[in-house]
Amino acid sequence: MIPAIFVFVYLGIVLYIGIFAFRHSTGREKAEEYFLASRSLGPFVFLLSLFGTNMTAFAILGSSGHAFNNGIVTFGLMASSSALIIPLSLLFIGTRIWALGKKYGFMTPVQMFRDRWECGHIGTVIFAVQATLLVPYIIIGVMGGGTTLAGISGGLVPFWLGGLIVAAVVMSYVFFGGMRGTAWVNTFQTILFLGFGAIAIATIGYGMGGFDQVIANLAKSPATAPLLTRERVSPLFFLSYMFIPLSTMAFPHIGIFCLTAKKMAQFKKTVIFYPICILAIFLPCVFLGVAANNVQDSPGIRVKQEARRELAVNGAHLSPEQRDELREKMAGDDVILLLLERYAPIWLAGLLGAGIMAAVMASDSQILALSTMFTEDVFAYYGGIAKFGEVAQVHYGRGFIVGITAVAYLIALKAPATIFDLATQYAFSGYSAMFPLMIAALFWRGSTKWGALASTVWAMASVVLVGVFQAAIPAPAPGPPVVVWAMGGVDVLTRTPGGTAICGLMPVVPITILSAVLMVVVSMATAKPSAQTLSRYFSRA
Amino acid sequence: MKAFLLTTVVAALAVLHQDFWNWRTTNPLAFGFMPVGLFYHACYAVACSLLMAVLVRFAWPAELERDAESHPGIER
Repeated sequence: MIPAIFVFVYLGIVLYIGIFAFRHSTGREKAEEYFLASRSLGPFVFLLSLFGTNMTAFAILGSSGHAFNNGIVTFGLMASSSALIIPLSLLFIGTRIWALGKKYGFMTPVQMFRDRWECGHIGTVIFAVQATLLVPYIIIGVMGGGTTLAGISGGLVPFWLGGLIVAAVVMSYVFFGGMRGTAWVNTFQTILFLGFGAIAIATIGYGMGGFDQVIANLAKSPATAPLLTRERVSPLFFLSYMFIPLSTMAFPHIGIFCLTAKKMAQFKKTVIFYPICILAIFLPCVFLGVAANNVQDSPGIRVKQEARRELAVNGAHLSPEQRDELREKMAGDDVILLLLERYAPIWLAGLLGAGIMAAVMASDSQILALSTMFTEDVFAYYGGIAKFGEVAQVHYGRGFIVGITAVAYLIALKAPATIFDLATQYAFSGYSAMFPLMIAALFWRGSTKWGALASTVWAMASVVLVGVFQAAIPAPAPGPPVVVWAMGGVDVLTRTPGGTAICGLMPVVPITILSAVLMVVVSMATAKPSAQTLSRYFSRA
Repeated sequence: MKAFLLTTVVAALAVLHQDFWNWRTTNPLAFGFMPVGLFYHACYAVACSLLMAVLVRFAWPAELERDAESHPGIER
């Protein structure tokens, strides 16, 4: 219980930061101050809070859990691909969003789309899809909070209560502090969880008796040696993951965050140091996740190892429900917490637990983004400001924050999938499919609102299709996938133990490519925006 | 020419992400404990940071910056 006390102290600090921001913001009832911190964030806060905004529970809990079961491949899948794609996106897309926001006063991506493509209700459809895809991301945060508090307290704080406490704290500082409070809290959190990695790896490595022995043991066993290579993953599957970080610039909370910088020059340090931040957070998590396979004297980790062994040996003879039960048991989302419990002194486990909690609580920006989108793209657009005034807009925004957090919490209590699966299969893939919208709006003068609509509807429909497909065909046991459709000797559509594959690729690849094709084909067949609008976005109309 | 060179370097780095030559091997172990596949991708992240420094130096969208910062902005 002592480590949990550290975490509660940490929760008190972030709550105070949010309220401090509320007290010290001028014009707190103005929408631009509340939702965008008056576009005034400095370089240090901008870098750390943007990074913190994009790092959710999956960075620490999800990646170490994935590495526990899949090995070092996790770093290449999630971290190094992001180290290239995300800073590139920030450099070439984020700066343009910032410049347009500054010139034309946009506060959300949908406002830009509406202006760029001269559309109204199509913008509302884009809002609806973005909002629907963002909710799972918020759920991840609540689930991560529940898992972390339950793990750190040794089960004294149950999952439902841990999730409730985290949701209430996040909701409170977002409610009071708005963007300024959220950015300050994110900066504090990022410093904490960046420090976490170095301390955790040193402490656990020392406790395990040195990593050289751990790796030698893993390499000796036929069951664990493949975790040190990528032999269980096909190169096509690995390549697919390059498409996942495309989701970053399509996430509305990242787009909105790009608008908060005081000057465009603040993107420079963010772009350069982003890959280093990724390295600092993912490398320890992945390495520790793999190293956890060497632990034999932690009951929690033993249960996972035995469930994995049972699934591998007898999985083919079990029912889908029994396989799901084993998958649930072997899920490694709490493996890093179990390592801390086993190897860190109790006071240090508390400090490190607070560091994990810092990463887990990144759902604040998503909650604020949804509130910003609701009040700007729906409330203000459909006449709310004219009717009720700007102060009411901020009040509605705060009310929305309470509502959406409550909904996310209730769903988190029922959600069955692991954090990592939920994030990858739904939110990330959907937003990657919306990446062509951003590219078309900013770089292609020939794009149209109908192309944008086609692309958006496809993004949503494809996510639903994958979900229905995976619900209809249960995941097979580890080994060969279930071939659903083959043509000319090629497995076109397969159900794999981890999800779905289309010609060996993750669904995100064909979904994103088809989204781009729809944008191009439909735009070419429909009327362009007026020359006057185009001249505002491109130097040659 | 500058744009072509920078695009080529970015494309090359994207291709280097698929390090098939490290696929099935653990050795050599960096620092005596880190499998080569993991160490390669850690170095890859550092290379990305260096590339971003080059891009910020040579491909910074300065015209956007000038245009936006000379604009009075919209008072809400």
